[in-house]
Amino acid sequence: MSPWIVDHLWLVPAVPLAASLLILSFAGSRSKGAAALAIIGQLIALVLAVAAFIPTLQEPGWRAFHNFTWFTFGENAVRIGWVLDPLAAAMLVMITLVGLCIFVFSMGYMAEDKNFSRFFAYLSFFSAAMLGVVIANSLLLLFVCWELVGLASYLLIGFWIHKPSAAAAAKKAFITTRIGDLGFFFGILWLYGSSGTLLFYDDGKGCLESAGLLAVGASATFIALLIFSGAVGKSGQFPLHVWLPEAMEGPTPVSALIHAATMVAAGVFLVARVYPLFSLGAVDGVTPSLTVVVWVGVVTALMAALIAIAQADIKRILAYSTVSQLGLMMVSLGVGGVAAGIMHLLAHGFFKALLFIGSGSVIHGCHHEHDIRKMGGLRRVMPVTFLTYAVGMMTLSGVPLFFSGAWTKEEILHQTAHWPRSQAPFYLMLAGVVLTALYMTRQMIYVFFGNRRAAAEHAHESPRVMTVPLIVLALGTIALSIVVTPAWPWLHAYLSGEPARFEIARLIQPMLFVSLALVAAGIGLGLLIYRRAGAFDPLERSQPALFRFLENKMWIDELYAHTVIAFSRTAAVLSDWMDRYIWDGFVRAFGSIGQAFGILTKGVDERGINAAVDEGVGSARGVGRVMSLWHSGQIQTYLGAVAIGMLALLLFYVWLA
Amino acid sequence: MSASAFVVIAIVTVAGALAAACLRKLIHAALCLVVAFLGIAAFYFLLGAEFVGLVQVFVYVGAVAVLIVFTILLTRREDEDDVGFNWGGVIVALAVFGVLSWAILKTTSLSIAPPAIEALTVKRIGQILMTDYIWPLQCVGVLLTAALIGALVLVMEEKR
Amino acid sequence: MTPTLTLFLIVSAALFCIGLLAALSRRHAIFILIGIEMMLAAANLNFIAFWRFGAEPQQPTGVMVAIFSIAIAAAEAAVGVALVIAVYRHYRTTNVTKLDRLKG
Repeated sequence: MSPWIVDHLWLVPAVPLAASLLILSFAGSRSKGAAALAIIGQLIALVLAVAAFIPTLQEPGWRAFHNFTWFTFGENAVRIGWVLDPLAAAMLVMITLVGLCIFVFSMGYMAEDKNFSRFFAYLSFFSAAMLGVVIANSLLLLFVCWELVGLASYLLIGFWIHKPSAAAAAKKAFITTRIGDLGFFFGILWLYGSSGTLLFYDDGKGCLESAGLLAVGASATFIALLIFSGAVGKSGQFPLHVWLPEAMEGPTPVSALIHAATMVAAGVFLVARVYPLFSLGAVDGVTPSLTVVVWVGVVTALMAALIAIAQADIKRILAYSTVSQLGLMMVSLGVGGVAAGIMHLLAHGFFKALLFIGSGSVIHGCHHEHDIRKMGGLRRVMPVTFLTYAVGMMTLSGVPLFFSGAWTKEEILHQTAHWPRSQAPFYLMLAGVVLTALYMTRQMIYVFFGNRRAAAEHAHESPRVMTVPLIVLALGTIALSIVVTPAWPWLHAYLSGEPARFEIARLIQPMLFVSLALVAAGIGLGLLIYRRAGAFDPLERSQPALFRFLENKMWIDELYAHTVIAFSRTAAVLSDWMDRYIWDGFVRAFGSIGQAFGILTKGVDERGINAAVDEGVGSARGVGRVMSLWHSGQIQTYLGAVAIGMLALLLFYVWLA
Repeated sequence: MSASAFVVIAIVTVAGALAAACLRKLIHAALCLVVAFLGIAAFYFLLGAEFVGLVQVFVYVGAVAVLIVFTILLTRREDEDDVGFNWGGVIVALAVFGVLSWAILKTTSLSIAPPAIEALTVKRIGQILMTDYIWPLQCVGVLLTAALIGALVLVMEEKR
Repeated sequence: MTPTLTLFLIVSAALFCIGLLAALSRRHAIFILIGIEMMLAAANLNFIAFWRFGAEPQQPTGVMVAIFSIAIAAAEAAVGVALVIAVYRHYRTTNVTKLDRLKG
């Protein structure tokens, strides 16, 4: 006897989808009803998600699914369905809750926009697609929803279509993720070819269960890597991370929804979902595909953290931070800490949404100024935003005890330290922790401390519709830390299907002090470097020492630019050279063959063929005239041609039979 | 299923169809089309598909033929009743008929007598339509609505 | 003697070809419409005949297809008639030989 919600899990994405369609069909361009409809839809989805969450609590590792036949062709039936397990349930609750906060926040943030209703229709559509990804029990259904997420993100990033940069960013996001999705699609085809099913769980016959995995066998590595390429695109991993910072062109709630809680999380979720494919044939928990995941994650995490230090746009700092955190999650998945990675994903969903909409509140208060160097001293004028932002900042930096992100990050570090293949990722991740604390400190100082600079002079606190979601998310971030501490690792146990035990002694571990020291180092370094930024001079230009230092930091950013540009320039020169000498050589060689042939035939030509050619041209012209009759533009002639073609087919068929 | 009924219906239907395709006056052709459609409906009755026969009468005779008559009235111009004939089409049509009947006659497995069946009641059709075919039925409903709206849009006066 | 399936198929082939003839040879746009309707009706006759003579007459699949096909034909006729009227409005003619905008 499965609970009611299992058979009706489809309602969770269906409700926001219905809301989206209703808004698109009926609402005017600026109606409050649109927002109300979207929020009600999201609220119902949240209630359903909680209803789905409850049965998963009854025993560890509980899982239920509902499959049905979509259509049949010949003897093959395409079956899809949905699955409810701790992974899906936790994601559902996180997405709907964070989504709800963002929806409410958008009501304030987008109040002035003339396409207010369209925005909420897209938001609901996005939410529906993402929820579909989470509940899918078939790689095919997941892929369909995955592409819908891509479409929704395209619509949302390019929401301000009149801005060319937004349109370009939307295109870039769409195309870049599409590159990864191509690999993903090949992976799906390969998986179907080798296992004959795309269902994840199907009473032992699904592709993630023993029989299916047995059928996949040795090709699992390649399939896993192809699927991972889709995740790389969606989650902004190196080398397909380029779209994510650009995508900040969208409205800030979009950044919060897409780049914190949902879309970028889809990649990590996907890897976690098909984890049995990655870990198939693991020795000591290490497989080639997982090793790739680890190193991609490490490179992404460090690179993005370094870039974040040198950014001036408040949202871009957060974007790079997101890329970096996603890299961290990938590392965690790669070293075998699936539960730890998903825990960090959930915590990240909360605190990064908090930071993004906090930055939205700052931007709103500063009259749409994005440059942190023009802000400053906002803690007095925007106290609520400041406090909630501080919570988000400390969570992201990993300040222990009260902030969920710290515990989950520590868990990841713990898992990474025990990776049997190499210790390098562990130490690189420690460096990443310091960098994270450093750039967040820098941002805090620039935005909230020091003197009030140009954009901050007329800043004001945001209306309540924007601050309440901030407070809810901040409380959520802190509340989540109750269930992720090592003393009571309830969430970890819930996700990995083990019973949780309460043991206060485990709260204090050596790793705690390590991360405490690292975070303190990062924040201290940040204070040391940036303390003078706001204190002495409102304008950064008149600060020679700081400016030089920033230049130096920028230099890292430019190093990336230079390497990329240098690479592409070298590639360009190389291909130019290839073009000029190799391909052109071929062409010329062919040309000279033709030339030689021409010289040879010229003689023959002049002696007597000319006349014949003239004759031939005349008849060709006659044929052309006849042929041109066929292109008369007469529909009946075309129809007749179709009939004759059908006749030929019929004759052929009868003759064969 | 009697042979004489078949022969009569076949002659009427084919003659009606030929007249509909070849008559000079459009309005006569449309009326002959009604005869052909009625003949096809009679075939349905002969084959034991009474419901389809009735639907055929309602839809084709009652709606399609009437629509065509109205269109003739709406697009009527005196000088255009007879605007020529394309003999190429006759050749193509004859060729298709030749090949089709050759293929049919060649297939010996087709010359079978009808098996005895119990009558297909409207109740049963209704039940099947509302159970197994409920989704196609809804889709057809949507299609008809779309066609109706599309036709309206097409014939609406263009705004100038 | 009862008529066999072959006879029904021959009649339906004849109807189909008469429809084709009307669609191909007549210059008036309405004849094309008439022809298409006739071809569809011929196809429907085939469905019913195959159902009646088929292996499983208890399963009225052919009848169902015919019913849906008639509904679709009705939709097609409505749109076709609307197209003829629209073409007539636009070109002031229903002679399809004069509609040669597709000419290459």
